[in-house]
Amino acid sequence: MRTFLLRRFLNMIPLLFGISLLSFGVMELAPGDFLDTIRANDAVPPELVASMAKRFALDKPWYVRYERWLGNVVLHADFGESFSYRQPVFSVMAPRLGNTLLLALAAALITWCLAIPLGIIAAVRQYSWWDKTASLIASFGLSIPEVFFALLLLLFAAKTGWFPIGGMHSLDYDDLTPLGKALDIAHHLVLPAIVLGTIPMASRMRQMRANLLDVLRLEYVNTARAKGLPEREVIWKHAVRNALNPLITLFGLTLATLLSGSFVVEVVMGWPGLGALTLEALRKQDLYLVMGSVMLASTLLVLGNLVADVLLAVVDPRIRYD
Amino acid sequence: MAVARSPWQIFWKEFRKSPTALLGAFVLVVFYGSALFADFLAPYSMIEQNRDLGYLPPQRVRIASGGPFVYGTSLVDPVRNRYAEDETQRYPVRFFVRGRPYRILGLVPSSVHLFGVAAPGSIHLVGTDQFGRDVLSRLLYGARISLSIGLLGIAISFSIGILVGGLSGYFGGWIDEGTMRVTEILLSIPVLYLIVALAAILPPEMPSDRKYLLIVVILSFIGWATLARIVRGLVLSLREFEYVTAAKALGAGTFRVLLRHIIPNTLSFLIVAATVSVPGYILGEVFLSFLGVGIQEPIASWGNMLTAAQSVRVLMSFPWILAPGYLIFLTVLAFNFLGDGLSDALNPRKIQGGKGG
Repeated sequence: MRTFLLRRFLNMIPLLFGISLLSFGVMELAPGDFLDTIRANDAVPPELVASMAKRFALDKPWYVRYERWLGNVVLHADFGESFSYRQPVFSVMAPRLGNTLLLALAAALITWCLAIPLGIIAAVRQYSWWDKTASLIASFGLSIPEVFFALLLLLFAAKTGWFPIGGMHSLDYDDLTPLGKALDIAHHLVLPAIVLGTIPMASRMRQMRANLLDVLRLEYVNTARAKGLPEREVIWKHAVRNALNPLITLFGLTLATLLSGSFVVEVVMGWPGLGALTLEALRKQDLYLVMGSVMLASTLLVLGNLVADVLLAVVDPRIRYD
Repeated sequence: MAVARSPWQIFWKEFRKSPTALLGAFVLVVFYGSALFADFLAPYSMIEQNRDLGYLPPQRVRIASGGPFVYGTSLVDPVRNRYAEDETQRYPVRFFVRGRPYRILGLVPSSVHLFGVAAPGSIHLVGTDQFGRDVLSRLLYGARISLSIGLLGIAISFSIGILVGGLSGYFGGWIDEGTMRVTEILLSIPVLYLIVALAAILPPEMPSDRKYLLIVVILSFIGWATLARIVRGLVLSLREFEYVTAAKALGAGTFRVLLRHIIPNTLSFLIVAATVSVPGYILGEVFLSFLGVGIQEPIASWGNMLTAAQSVRVLMSFPWILAPGYLIFLTVLAFNFLGDGLSDALNPRKIQGGKGG
């Protein structure tokens, strides 16, 4: 187990290196640079532009910049400075990452609380009205474009007034009690979390249904029935537990994809998270901020993968590590 | 003794059983057909503006003894774009009217359109947008871009994916190592971040046709990696089969073995994979428009039409501009239904007398 973990960790290093090289290369291919907008502003003296170019090594070839960036990251865990915020990239990203994490966790909660019960009902009553409705919901969930869904829900919020129209805080947020603040954020959180959680909910539900159907066909389930156990016990104690295993291992991966999939929701619904920040950084050609968020999102995905693999190995005794 | 059936008959017998798959196929035929004949079906061109008729709601067609007609409209509240029907003006809906010239399928010149009304009347069945452009016409022309992006995208990404995956699985060794490391890197960057990073290359000012191609290339560049890995896995197992050894023994070259003997055996997988990956490209175009780097106005695509509908205040008053969203949803749903049906019908376990499944 230890060698397996170690090997997987070491594997991540060339992977992350490759990701950084690729995304750096792509940013370099982009026409123009951050200073273009500043240069266009007559109020800024040319000397300042020159000194900024020097400071951010924009006057050097790309490999010099990359080398410098990589050196700082590896040696000092320093991801560079955001051009537009004039702050270290990490301190710009940190609060945004927190918001996105909150959103992703809420979406994950919705995903699992709905996907598993619905999947179980659909499998236990295969071909019933329940099953058909659930699979129709899953198809709809997998097919609805996020932008469209987000807009529909905003429209719903505007028409009914039940939910705030976008954002993360109400106007009077600062005057609220701590409990009031938490409730206010939760109230703002509902709709974005539904949009973000719909796709993973639909696919996890299908998986749960398929897994449980597979398990219900196995001999030991027949045995349990044959020895006279009530159907409820057969399903919950014998079948569902085994059908859940492969899904639980996916938890890490789901969270990672939720974290990196929240672009559209964040922008349409005005949730101040990492996706919205990255988009803003991209528009301003804020090189190091974009690099920082791409690296952060990729690292989370790679880690999520690792967690999924490790969990699978822990849960399923048939899997060997070597 | 059962009558021998061709693979097609077996496929059709299975496929027919799924009503959702048939529905999906039907919807797609209608949508792609409408996109193909957009010139004929659309009453207006995609750029014709009528500044006096901004945000006109969908007009109602009325039936009278003389045939269907629409009332004229008059602006009653210019600030909030409220219109009223002017019952003194009646414009009969005429069919097969002469209008702007075009070429049927790009070949035969024609100027006949399915329907229209005589000037000075106008007919907007799905209303108009901010600039008074006919939404229905823009949806029809936009379908050409949005629907073709998926087909062109899978054509490119599948060619690359099959070639790379096939070679990598067949040869193994350093070719395999190298390509698999590259796909690993591509797959480790979250898709949306990768699109965002690649979108940075797109210059804002660019002729639409070149931009369209670049968008397809960008989306394909992301799409080939998964496919290459799966094809590699399939080839790895297929190359050990005896029929492959037999083909080699008969002197077939590498490419012949791959293309004639191994890849055809992955076909049922590839067909299903292609069907379910088209929506990814359609949604990719929506996402790029959303980022502001998609197809530029005044050229219509479902993506940029949906992006234009992003203000809740506008949506509250003029909900019909959300129409492209419904169409994208229906298209993606149809592809998913079709994909599910295909994967059931092409499942070899089922075809062998239904013992599996």
